[in-house]
Amino acid sequence: MSTPSQFAMFRWLVRRDLTLAWRRRADALSTLFFFVIVVSLFPLSIGPDTQLLRSIASGLVWVAALLASMLSLGRLFAGDYVDGTLEQMLMTPQPLYLIVLGKAFAQWLVSEVPLILITPLVGTQFGWTRSALLLLVVSLVLGIPVFSLIGSIGAALTLGLRGGGVLLSLLVLPLYIPALIFGAGAAEASLASGSPEANLYLLGAVLVLTVVFAPWATSAALRISLE
Amino acid sequence: MLETTNLECVRGNRRLFKEISFSVRPGDLFQLTGPNGSGKTSLIRMLCGLLPPTNGEICWQGTNISSLREEYFSVVTYLGHRQGVKDELTVLENLRVSSGLSGIEITRKHALDALTRMGLAEHENLPARLLSEGQRRRLALTRLLVCRTTLWLLDEVLTSLDKAAVELIKSLIREHLAKGGMAIVATHHEMDLAAGRFQRIELAS
Repeated sequence: MSTPSQFAMFRWLVRRDLTLAWRRRADALSTLFFFVIVVSLFPLSIGPDTQLLRSIASGLVWVAALLASMLSLGRLFAGDYVDGTLEQMLMTPQPLYLIVLGKAFAQWLVSEVPLILITPLVGTQFGWTRSALLLLVVSLVLGIPVFSLIGSIGAALTLGLRGGGVLLSLLVLPLYIPALIFGAGAAEASLASGSPEANLYLLGAVLVLTVVFAPWATSAALRISLE
Repeated sequence: MLETTNLECVRGNRRLFKEISFSVRPGDLFQLTGPNGSGKTSLIRMLCGLLPPTNGEICWQGTNISSLREEYFSVVTYLGHRQGVKDELTVLENLRVSSGLSGIEITRKHALDALTRMGLAEHENLPARLLSEGQRRRLALTRLLVCRTTLWLLDEVLTSLDKAAVELIKSLIREHLAKGGMAIVATHHEMDLAAGRFQRIELAS
């Protein structure tokens, strides 16, 4: 029997997830609106002190991005779990690792790319320079996939549990801390006219580690959840 | 050949069954019966490799399925209670996506032919959420027409199907057996199809 290429299956999966996301646009949009609103609330509540805002903004945008990516985690596997598609995915002739990676990739395209794209616009509220904004975007590009990949482990572990949402946050948030520190640190460095390289390298290293190990852990967690 | 030896299943603190041993050869139809809660679904899920047996082992061509994994999955088609039909996708998309994910890319024409045979011909562009329960079941079963696997594991797939559809599925299974396939079916329906070798196992409550 000829085994179909792994790439073909990956493509089917991503295409399917994108179609589903398009037919449920509101889900992806709500994440984006959440991000925009959380970031905008701070200038409103703190007041027009540009100096203060500028100094806290990078951390703030990072925390908002983190919370926004938490929002969509619950949906990552839940839909497929309920209607039985996930069982079928566990039984494909391709490694489960690829399926998890495919789903994370689709998730990234749907809810995280828009978030990164809108960051420069949102960032203008804080009176940042262009280079600082660019750095913030770069740090988010490296950091946000870390959130969704680590989050996918938690989402797989809490699949089908009642009150899984709370448990998911408890499991996953502490694991986000390294990425948050390096990411916000990199964005901060440009404001303090320091050098962001060290933090960006570390963030890149965290990203590489998660891309390699998180899908593997998620696959194991999925198998346990579906027993 | 699929072979099980001394399978035991404990869910929670209740033992559902123990010492289940059987073998299924090409052309065999194997029926699982038993009252509700007797472990039919658990047994099928074990045979799928989704649920590890508490004791005993399941072998495919002499090798334990837990070490075969993907290689085993490429010869198995499993249809369970939860049909794996996506509400938001149309009937045609559902079929093409689900077979694409299980490693078989089918053309639009091939998919339409299969849907026609299952009596879903005029609904191919309908979102699956508008289908009736029986039609959803038919859609899930259409995968049997396009898959090229040897071993079918079917868990209560005849529920909510009308008489004509039940006959259609039975004839599909008959064709499959005639081609040297194997089928393990958990159902309360009469399954003796006068085709191949027929075995039945009844799980006690």
